[in-house]
Amino acid sequence: MRARDLLHPRPEGLYCPPGDFYIDPIRPVDRALITHGHSDHARAGHGSVLATAETLDIMGLRYGSDFAGTTQAAKLGERLAIGDVGVTFHPAGHVLGSAQIAVEQNGTCIVASGDYKRHPDPTCAAFVPIQCDVFITEATFGLPVFKHPSDREEIARLLKSVEQFPQRAHLVGAYALGKAQRVIRLLRDAGYDRTIFIHGALAKLCDYYESQGVALGTLEPATVETGTKGDFAGEIIVGPPAAFADRWARRFPDPVACFASGWMRIRQRARQRGVELPLIISDHSDWDELTETITGTGASEVWVTHGREEALVRWCELNGIAARPLHLVGYEDEGD
Amino acid sequence: MNRFAELLDRLVLTPSRNGKLTLLTDYFRATEDPDRGLALAAITGDLSIAAVKPAMLRMLISERMDPVLFGYSYDYVGDLAETVSLVWPDPPRALEDNHTPTLADVVSALQTASRSDGPSIVANLLDRADISARYAILKLVTGGLRIGVSARLAKQAVADLGPVDVTEIEELWHGLKPPYGELFAWLEGKAERPEKTAKALFRPVMLSNPVGDGDLEKLDPANYAAEWKWDGIRVQAVCEGGMRRLYSRTGDDVSPAFPDLAASMDFEGVLDGELLVGDPQRETGTFSDLQQRLNRKAVSAKIQARYPVFVRCYDLLQEGEEDLRSLPFAERRMRLESFVAQLDLARFDLSPLVPFADWQALEDMRRNPPHPVIEGVMLKACNSPYLAGRPKGPWFKWKRDPFTVDAVLMYAQRGHGKRSSFYSDYTFGVWSGPEGAGELVPVGKAYFGFTDEELRQIDKFVRDNTVERFGPVRSVRADRSHGLVLEVAFEGLNRSTRHKSGVAMRFPRISRLRWDKPPHEADRIETLQALLD
Ligand SMILES: [Zn+2]
Ligand SMILES: [Zn+2]
Repeated sequence: MRARDLLHPRPEGLYCPPGDFYIDPIRPVDRALITHGHSDHARAGHGSVLATAETLDIMGLRYGSDFAGTTQAAKLGERLAIGDVGVTFHPAGHVLGSAQIAVEQNGTCIVASGDYKRHPDPTCAAFVPIQCDVFITEATFGLPVFKHPSDREEIARLLKSVEQFPQRAHLVGAYALGKAQRVIRLLRDAGYDRTIFIHGALAKLCDYYESQGVALGTLEPATVETGTKGDFAGEIIVGPPAAFADRWARRFPDPVACFASGWMRIRQRARQRGVELPLIISDHSDWDELTETITGTGASEVWVTHGREEALVRWCELNGIAARPLHLVGYEDEGD
Repeated sequence: MNRFAELLDRLVLTPSRNGKLTLLTDYFRATEDPDRGLALAAITGDLSIAAVKPAMLRMLISERMDPVLFGYSYDYVGDLAETVSLVWPDPPRALEDNHTPTLADVVSALQTASRSDGPSIVANLLDRADISARYAILKLVTGGLRIGVSARLAKQAVADLGPVDVTEIEELWHGLKPPYGELFAWLEGKAERPEKTAKALFRPVMLSNPVGDGDLEKLDPANYAAEWKWDGIRVQAVCEGGMRRLYSRTGDDVSPAFPDLAASMDFEGVLDGELLVGDPQRETGTFSDLQQRLNRKAVSAKIQARYPVFVRCYDLLQEGEEDLRSLPFAERRMRLESFVAQLDLARFDLSPLVPFADWQALEDMRRNPPHPVIEGVMLKACNSPYLAGRPKGPWFKWKRDPFTVDAVLMYAQRGHGKRSSFYSDYTFGVWSGPEGAGELVPVGKAYFGFTDEELRQIDKFVRDNTVERFGPVRSVRADRSHGLVLEVAFEGLNRSTRHKSGVAMRFPRISRLRWDKPPHEADRIETLQALLD
């Protein structure tokens, strides 16, 4: 069968006609398979949702327990049948609970990878390359300029700055799901055992990660109701990036604005956002990870979704792999 | 190299002066010779390495990657050196740890490079470096660090190592050469202060404090001499044993920009004065005229003829072999008068003393200066020696009141550091075009002059009246009936071809918030244009 008869884009999202389901649909549908809990992939209001247990939990935390009509937890590596389509979830290494979804019928296999990375991450299961005919890849950082350094080195730079500027508070912008917990966990791995202060928007997800066995150490809300401004001097505060342009940020003494993101590789990006200490830590694949993964899947065809499709398509052409952009709408520059 | 690369990366994003000083001083403390001295020279602009042309970088990268992929990359990043640093093939892991070149390796490789082997030497260095070191190498070879650090600030950071006063560094500076080993050794207490062996060194200048409320009542007018404060550039002209140097007040050697003046510097001594444009016998040009001579590497004969420069002398620090700095002002002044009398009349004159009976009389003169290029008066204690820095007491500046204009807030940008959650940088405009149907044209930008409370008020106004957002910038509502009028104070106005309004303000700051004033009552561009003439 032709691959595009097994999966193809529709306005609602990526659709599988023989199984009558969508993957990461952006509008409410009867049956949705969800790769991971980021809000542009996981939306509320579907009839039924199939996702990993963690992704279902995260959706519940974000949207309330009635976020879908019915839910079913997919076990990693276990093949499920939807009609006569086989569906298997495999770890994607992106955030806790993130999965790639392999869809097969009559010997044709397509892997929709959602968002993924290959860099080791202590807060989630590592990506597993799956042999397939068609590999659907994201391209958030799909340009040769994106090369993510070792996250340990980035954390070491943060800790050095904390030591250099003991009078100032270090405000680390990190997305609420995944990035924030990873940054905190990396700080702990680097031996930082002081209290880490967090913005209210992170509390539920940090508790959840903790309940899933990701130890985050002592966290406290970054509020000043009880103390004075000087309280946060020399401390690390983690919050969603948007909060730092907000009045919320004014409570901290002479803050050093840090931002943990793959975009921080580009100096102009850091400058525009007023970031003083860019931390290049990403939950997406960089250029080398993307190209190595494509090679590793053995796919003879690659479909490229959200991001900078043209460069990755070009690379595939140069390497004798059929490739085309898959124009799916509604996925944002997740920015992480 | 990696430490230097990291320093550059941090400096460029660190807005505050203190933050930059901490980063620099920590770097100088933690880095060995000669790397730290070479880094210092790179920042102060005292490191000479042959420049590499962008075309060469393009050629090198085209041999290493697909041009289409490079095109996508360059389009996205926008900076050639940065793009090349990112896409250059990484060294094998094993090489990376041990073979990253030091700054000294890089500098010596580049300094010995000839035209023909230049490309291969650069490529070889890049092959051994990681991304951020590659970026630093490329910034060095393309000759533009642009990290927002002045030579003066770098010297301050070096002084903080001691700590010693920065004027001590400035005084020694022109006698030292990269990598400044003896300077660092002295600051770390491992060696004596370097000898001042070079000729025509800079002498740290004496600066004044503004007259504050009630300052004058405590002083006896009889003990002070008054002089006009000229609106030019403070300079120091030094001639010693055949060496001629013109220094800025921070000790930068600016002689190459003023060959016409240097040609007339045939004396033995050190003069302190104001650099101005014009002919001292006939007329003194404006600061706008002087700007035609500033920030130029080469000056054409035409420009020299059209905008001749001269020095209006304030003080004499050295005459022949004799250091006069410990003498009282009154005595130095007498020596100065006879010294200047022997100099080229077209290039040097004496800043006249202004006789006054009491503070009120001086106040009247200050308010109505006899010449438009005067920006106030200076008061100098007759018995004071010439002291480096800004000692409190002997010298005062009493400025003419600033100009003010009522302008309308047009754009606001988020600040940095402490102010990153505030819209604290303001672009303001005045009306132009037909009365009643005109539009606002931006005339300047200011980011200080207001209190913390006023900052909060303006920030709220910006957030409540945003029309459009562009990244960190918001445009705010500003029409005839609705908007925020700012009283802006400034020191002067220059013609500008870069600004649509044709004017550029000097030292603009917000002096008052005019919540009471409707925008249509703000000033018109003609008011500013009148100040230009
Ligand atoms: Zn995601
Ligand atoms: Zn995504």
